[in-house]
Amino acid sequence: MTQFLQQTINGLSIGSIYALIALGYTMVYGIIKLINFAHGEIFMFGAYMGMLGITMLGLPFYAAFVLSMVLTAILGVVIERVAYKPLRNSSRIAALITAIGVSFLIQNLMLRIMGARIYAFPQVINNQVFVFFGLRVNLIQMIIFVVSILLMIGLQLLVKKTKLGRAMRAVSVDKDAAALMGINVNNIITMTFAIGSALAAAAGIMVGLYYIRVFPFMGFTPGLKAFVAAVFGGIGIIPGAMIGGFSIGLIETYVAGYGSTLYKDAVVFAILIIILLVKPSGLLGKNEKEKV
Amino acid sequence: MTALFSKKNLLWVLFAIGVFILIQVLIQMRIITPHYRFMMYWISIYIILGVSLNIIIGITGQLSLGHAGFMSIGAYSAAIMLREDPSLSGLFAGMAIGFVITLVVSFVVAMPTLKLKGDYLAIATLGVGEIIRIIILNMKITEGARGISNIPHLISWPLMFVFVVLAIIVASNFKNSATGRACIAIREDEIAAESLGVNPVKYKVIAFMLGAVMASVAGALYATTYYVVKPETFGINTSINILIIVVFGGMGSLSGSIVAAIFIGITNTLLQPYGELRAIIYAAILVLVMIFRPKGLFGDREVTIFTIKDDLIRGIQRLTRRKEKPA
Repeated sequence: MTQFLQQTINGLSIGSIYALIALGYTMVYGIIKLINFAHGEIFMFGAYMGMLGITMLGLPFYAAFVLSMVLTAILGVVIERVAYKPLRNSSRIAALITAIGVSFLIQNLMLRIMGARIYAFPQVINNQVFVFFGLRVNLIQMIIFVVSILLMIGLQLLVKKTKLGRAMRAVSVDKDAAALMGINVNNIITMTFAIGSALAAAAGIMVGLYYIRVFPFMGFTPGLKAFVAAVFGGIGIIPGAMIGGFSIGLIETYVAGYGSTLYKDAVVFAILIIILLVKPSGLLGKNEKEKV
Repeated sequence: MTALFSKKNLLWVLFAIGVFILIQVLIQMRIITPHYRFMMYWISIYIILGVSLNIIIGITGQLSLGHAGFMSIGAYSAAIMLREDPSLSGLFAGMAIGFVITLVVSFVVAMPTLKLKGDYLAIATLGVGEIIRIIILNMKITEGARGISNIPHLISWPLMFVFVVLAIIVASNFKNSATGRACIAIREDEIAAESLGVNPVKYKVIAFMLGAVMASVAGALYATTYYVVKPETFGINTSINILIIVVFGGMGSLSGSIVAAIFIGITNTLLQPYGELRAIIYAAILVLVMIFRPKGLFGDREVTIFTIKDDLIRGIQRLTRRKEKPA
């Protein structure tokens, strides 16, 4: 029982990171129906920026955190403007291939600039271990969990309570009708990319802090798993991404804890395929009939 | 059967023999050194891979990102059989076993996943490719992350050439067959095709399986060409490399894939000293091609020895017309 609870704690902390990344996927998909393949690389970029902010600029942790979120948001906007905007009216296969290309491009640019070496993320936080009833929780896990939850609540408030959020919801329902109502669709799409990328940056820094490793290919696997999380919860639905993120984090930790670490990634992909077959719209999604 | 010996087919045979003899002579004269021979093998293997993925993406319109997974099945089957029997018969046995395994795996994968549309299918196939890689990574017979090395180098130019020609013949005949046309109809408009009595799932599965088994044969050739197979060789990067060839040449254009494989093979060799710069250039090309020529350089047109004359004439006419205009 203790072991189960311990795994649950570990699963929740990694799950909250997946949830943060999944939010970026789901927001972009909800608004322009594009799987932003480059999102994992945006996450990686965020981790690098956080690390460089601390080591090169000597910023305190929270300042590097904010700086990285801003820079990564700018990267997200640039990607959208340069690569995705010209393709908004072309086929979905073309847009998806572009996204793959962008992802490949960022990864290899980072490889070129920073090299293939694995950087150690500076240990700016004194990682105390707390023991409650025999369960070990370290400070970084608690920070990850709390920061993620705060960011998710913030996002939820933004989407539900502000004018920007209402505009985003309107664009995701019907782009043309939203434009007729005086919403600047292009700006809203740009804002969506900026917010999603900033969340990915936050996740990137926290992963750096947790695993102490930053390298050019770090975005690939978490990116894919977060995508699975987004699909699991129902892609395009914000609470779905959160539920999906926590579920994938928990499942992965249980598989690693009780089964084999080697197969934990395979299990996540198997779940993806099963979900796609059984309920492609995800846990919270509604089944839409195809119209001719 | 008269169609088999038509003028067109005979011309193709002559063309193929011509290419074969030309390269054979260049090898004999040592103009193609062993270094360039590896480039040639690389090009040949990627022609097979490109053409096979083009059947799935270009002709049938289904984006698959798990092609390297099927390639790895063929590569490992060949590597394991060659460990037992290091001769051509071992290679062919491995190829046959890989063929059968791929047939089964691709059927099991295709049946449910091809019901998915567009981007979901891409992700599902990506997941399948990763699952295949992880299984290979954890199996005893495949020797895990270390991979299998010291595979006998049995490849020769005539052998490679036979497989490349076979792949091209299979793919181009598929494209022009009734099945191939049904696949094209599905690519253009799935619902319209269905309303005309084309069963989309059936044809998508056929195209997917055909592409997959061709990839597995290419994988077997890869194993015997490069001495070593490792799970990491067959990751998502390889799938994307094949995708780049298909997209660059033109989705639906088999000749485009062939030209793209040759072009990229040569630039790869030229850019060898620059390392990852190569990957940056290809990624940028992928994005630029999608933005400016979403159907790839050749679109879905075929450039053959028959159309090249017309194309040249049309091109010259266009150029001369442009010059006349300002006057």
